[in-house]
Amino acid sequence: MKLVMERRTETPISLMLISPLIAVALTLISAAIMFALLGKDPVAALSTYFLDPLSDSWGLQEVAVKATPLVLIAVGLAVCYRAKVWNIGAEGQFLFGAMAGGYIAIITHGSTQGPWLLPVMLLVGAMAGACFALIPALLRTRFGANEILTSLMLVYVAELLLDYLVRGPWRDPAGFNMPHSVVFEAEATLPLLMAGGRLNIGTPIMIAIVFAFMLLMGRTLKGFEIRLVGEAPRAARFAGFSETRLIITVFMISGALAGLAGVLEAAGTIKQLQPGISPGYGFTAIIVAFLGRLNPIGCLFAGIFIAITFIGGENAQIMLRLPLDATRVLQGLLLFFVLACDSLLLYRFRLLRGAAA
Amino acid sequence: MTLFEAIILTIITASTPLLIAALGELVVERAGVLNLGVEGMMIIGAAAGIAAAITTGSSTLGVLVAVLAGMALSLVFAALVLGLAANQVAAGLALAILGLGLSGVIGAPFVGVQRAGIGKIEIPWLSDIPFLGPLLFRQDPFVYASVALVIGVWWFLTKSRAGLVLRAVGENHAAAHALGYPVRRIRLLAILFGGGCAGLAGAYMSLVYTPFWTSGMTGGRGWIALAIVVFASWLPFRAMVGAYLFGALTILQLHAQSAGVPLPSQFLAALPYLITILVLVLIMRARRGGVAGPASLGVPFVPDR
Repeated sequence: MKLVMERRTETPISLMLISPLIAVALTLISAAIMFALLGKDPVAALSTYFLDPLSDSWGLQEVAVKATPLVLIAVGLAVCYRAKVWNIGAEGQFLFGAMAGGYIAIITHGSTQGPWLLPVMLLVGAMAGACFALIPALLRTRFGANEILTSLMLVYVAELLLDYLVRGPWRDPAGFNMPHSVVFEAEATLPLLMAGGRLNIGTPIMIAIVFAFMLLMGRTLKGFEIRLVGEAPRAARFAGFSETRLIITVFMISGALAGLAGVLEAAGTIKQLQPGISPGYGFTAIIVAFLGRLNPIGCLFAGIFIAITFIGGENAQIMLRLPLDATRVLQGLLLFFVLACDSLLLYRFRLLRGAAA
Repeated sequence: MTLFEAIILTIITASTPLLIAALGELVVERAGVLNLGVEGMMIIGAAAGIAAAITTGSSTLGVLVAVLAGMALSLVFAALVLGLAANQVAAGLALAILGLGLSGVIGAPFVGVQRAGIGKIEIPWLSDIPFLGPLLFRQDPFVYASVALVIGVWWFLTKSRAGLVLRAVGENHAAAHALGYPVRRIRLLAILFGGGCAGLAGAYMSLVYTPFWTSGMTGGRGWIALAIVVFASWLPFRAMVGAYLFGALTILQLHAQSAGVPLPSQFLAALPYLITILVLVLIMRARRGGVAGPASLGVPFVPDR
């Protein structure tokens, strides 16, 4: 007997919907095993992780606040990955956007500016993210340098730059030498949607962008081009699509969304610049993109799920003394299961009897 | 000991983990598999290594556990990319994320525990040679092992029949399969070797380089090892040159900081990463149209019957 894989000619739509759910179920089972190994009651731990964040308004708001940057970045990465362009430096683009947008808030600090300030910050943040993403894109198209490595190296550069800025030139003069900038003026921060929480207009902006990208990828020529280059590069060349231009476009799109996420986080949730502005959103968004099947709406649901694990992980750390890294283990496992289940979509597994093999 | 000798000694210790990890990945990539999870396997080696060394009190056991931990993690990767023909880039990233998370869970109870690093081995007589002796023949066992690995990998890839088969698998897996070579078994062994090397490099980080555990202590060295493989054009001796070049940069940057170079320390700390990018660009420019690595690198393999 022998197990063989055959390429499917067509993937049933039901499988496409079920596969991420199987991955989530397998992750929950592994999570229960891991909690038991760490000496905790698996049922209590699972409910702290996945149910408690959804049980009150505060928790729900926190989930939305965490999901916002994750989904924004993931939607951009999904565009890249669809084209088989591997931008894994979204973390750096996120920080660069936060720095550029934050810079506007810092230089206007202490003077009244008017309602134009916030839109300018968001625009500058997105543009800065796009420019930062342009570096690996150009290095790839001009010199053929591997974009995985260059985009990742730039994450470290962006982290060090932020560290330098908030310890040096941008440090809050009244901050007792702590490494952070001034707290942004009220008009440089995102308005809250309701009192008693942190939910701000960043979340509706994110949802609007998700729908915009759904239309872009599904209904426009550009979206078709991006998908074609990823799935059938030879056909795309014959169709006259320029690979160089496409690499630059998708990198700038994902950089802009990561940069926007960065400035939204700085102006909305944190309200200042500091070194720990991101708990690895740019890397976690890679998981979100794959869990969401590289589809904008999928990314929205995937982002909400991952956001729950973030909040649940913080709860579990306080209430059950589970290490915070347990969350990262779960997220890594989830990506593994997602990739494993994706093979079910591409291939059919069949058992062959001895003679036939 | 002069300052110059001291600098060279620290360069050797900074380069060794890069070299070991890069050699492992070099063999993996020569077999046609791109495992981006070096950082994850390295840090799991570091965490498991120091955890085992502290619990058992034996550095040797620590090293052994580190190697096994790296191999165990690479086995998960192998199951995904060989068994299920999953996307190698995504699977490698998953490995990096999973490894970083797991290392935090494993290392948490050992934060702040200090232990003596692994000592140096002096080779009699040779270590008494002035200047060269202390530099070359008074090193920790990892340094000797890394040099042995360079020679071993070079010999294996270029002189042995098994190495020839491995390269064939990496260049054209369909042809190798048609000739009857077990493509997936060969790749599995290569991936396990890569995992073991990354684990060993991690053990060096937590048992010799900084003999205690801190979260995220590999600091991107696994990624730099990947860059070194590209820089080395997939050749073992060039990987050695590359690793020592990067090691030297890291150390000189530290010395520049302490010597009071009028630049913010963060700029100097960013130098190794910026230079990695620069080197990648220069090497690709110099190689335009030349070798671009093993032809089947990163392509999933599904055997036809």
